[in-house]
Amino acid sequence: MLDRYELLRLIEHNARLTQPELAVMLGVSEEEIAAEFARLHDENIILGYTTVVNWDRTKREAVTALIEVRLNPQRDQGFDRIARHLYQFPQVSSCYLMSGGFDLMLIIEDSTLREVASFISNKVAPIDGVVSTATHFILKKYKSNGVIFDDKPTDRREAVIL
Amino acid sequence: MNYEKLLSDQVKAIEPSAIRRFFDLANEMKGEVISLSIGEPDFVTPWRIREAGIYSLEQGYTHYSPNPGFIELREAIAGYMNRRFGLRYEAKTEVVVTVGGSEAIDLAVRSIVNPGDEVIIVQPCFVAYKAIVTMARGIPVVVPTYERDGFKLLPEALLSAITDKTKLVMLGYPNNPTGATMSREDLAPIVEVLERYPDILVLSDELYGELTYTETPHTSIASFPSMRERTVVINGFSKAYAMTGWRIGYITGPEEWVRAMNKIHQYCIMSSPTTAQHAAIEAANNADKEVSEMRAEYNRRRRVIVNGCREAGLSCFEPTGAFYAFPSIRGLGIDSDTFCERFLREKKVAIVPGKAFGESGQDYVRISYAAALEDIRTAMVRLKEYVDQLKSEGTQRP
Repeated sequence: MLDRYELLRLIEHNARLTQPELAVMLGVSEEEIAAEFARLHDENIILGYTTVVNWDRTKREAVTALIEVRLNPQRDQGFDRIARHLYQFPQVSSCYLMSGGFDLMLIIEDSTLREVASFISNKVAPIDGVVSTATHFILKKYKSNGVIFDDKPTDRREAVIL
Repeated sequence: MNYEKLLSDQVKAIEPSAIRRFFDLANEMKGEVISLSIGEPDFVTPWRIREAGIYSLEQGYTHYSPNPGFIELREAIAGYMNRRFGLRYEAKTEVVVTVGGSEAIDLAVRSIVNPGDEVIIVQPCFVAYKAIVTMARGIPVVVPTYERDGFKLLPEALLSAITDKTKLVMLGYPNNPTGATMSREDLAPIVEVLERYPDILVLSDELYGELTYTETPHTSIASFPSMRERTVVINGFSKAYAMTGWRIGYITGPEEWVRAMNKIHQYCIMSSPTTAQHAAIEAANNADKEVSEMRAEYNRRRRVIVNGCREAGLSCFEPTGAFYAFPSIRGLGIDSDTFCERFLREKKVAIVPGKAFGESGQDYVRISYAAALEDIRTAMVRLKEYVDQLKSEGTQRP
């Protein structure tokens, strides 16, 4: 029996596993895997496949910013209208509705400091319904999406253990 | 000094490892090879367990523990054995915490074997069994198991090995190196045989019990009512919790036998490492989820490696426990020593010759899947190349 959650957890960590490889790992036929993938795409459960990149090891100069946005909810629309408006901007990599002291959390990636500043003052703050914003910059990524960004672990075991 | 003369007869009686040469070579080539030759998890101990060890140090827990281990740990172990395997033991009197499973095996053997007593050892098996019996001046009686029987112990084989000197039967399932397991149905006829010999005791090494991949979970022979009072179960944290270096194993068994073992333990060892015991408390109480995640990962790798062996053209018995595959190399015209040595030199992959685990393992090799999936995949590609090469050499021979 194919376990959908086991399959999803596996490919969430390693999207490069091929369908034949997954079939062997999960002890099911390739046809079952293919059919499950088709369903997962149809049901909009799998939305895409990405690569984890440690940009700090490249020459690229860009920042990641977390922007807290406080909103006045709007009649009939709640927070959705403004969220949909903001997530259209390609530099917004994530957009979440939050509980607690603010309402929307935007994560901005692949931007310079100047671009972030301009985005907030020209695109976020002027929106009707935005009460205030607070911006935080990420200084160093230690771990992201379950992946540790430090050096690769080494195998410290002996050569042969019986 | 003439140590040949001075060393004790028992020590001299221990056979040197059958694969010493391979050992040396593998050590020399370490770092340039993919190692599927290691009998320990590749995972680092889960952080919640390491963190508990660190915290105990911060709190100043640096003293001896009671001889049989902290009562909190023995209670956690008793709770775990009941929760996972349905075995009920009294924490105060029926559990001793040891320095790894190896000490536990030694205690169980030494506490009951008199010189000349016969101990039945089911092979292929963990290499320490025979040496430990020899050191206790017992006589190892080897019962081989075979691939055609799924490397399970059969009642006929057990029966034919029993004499009036038989004192103990040592069972190691899930098995290192074969990966075989024995279900309740497999154990029942063994229990029937043993019921006819009420003075024969059983040592059941269940270190790999958590790493069972069958639908029904691991069954301990001690869960048969007639076996409970004559069986010690050896278990530990090394394999299931990836805690090999912490050296924490344990014994559970009937009170009188456990008391005798604790007597040896208190003079030889005093007590198990305190830091490691604190970490183990956290492991036994709060790490079921981590264990099940590691088990699921081993299970996936198991399928990859069995599939890889078969695609390489080796006949590979389906292992259902531990983290080893034990494919046969029969028919390739090469013994397991040479097979492994050449595989190491020519293809840079280390696996272990089966004869290290007893004569009945000599046409086999042990491949550990306690390794990263990518390494396993690469190794399987090289295995196929190597087997193809051996086959073409075979056809070229006159």
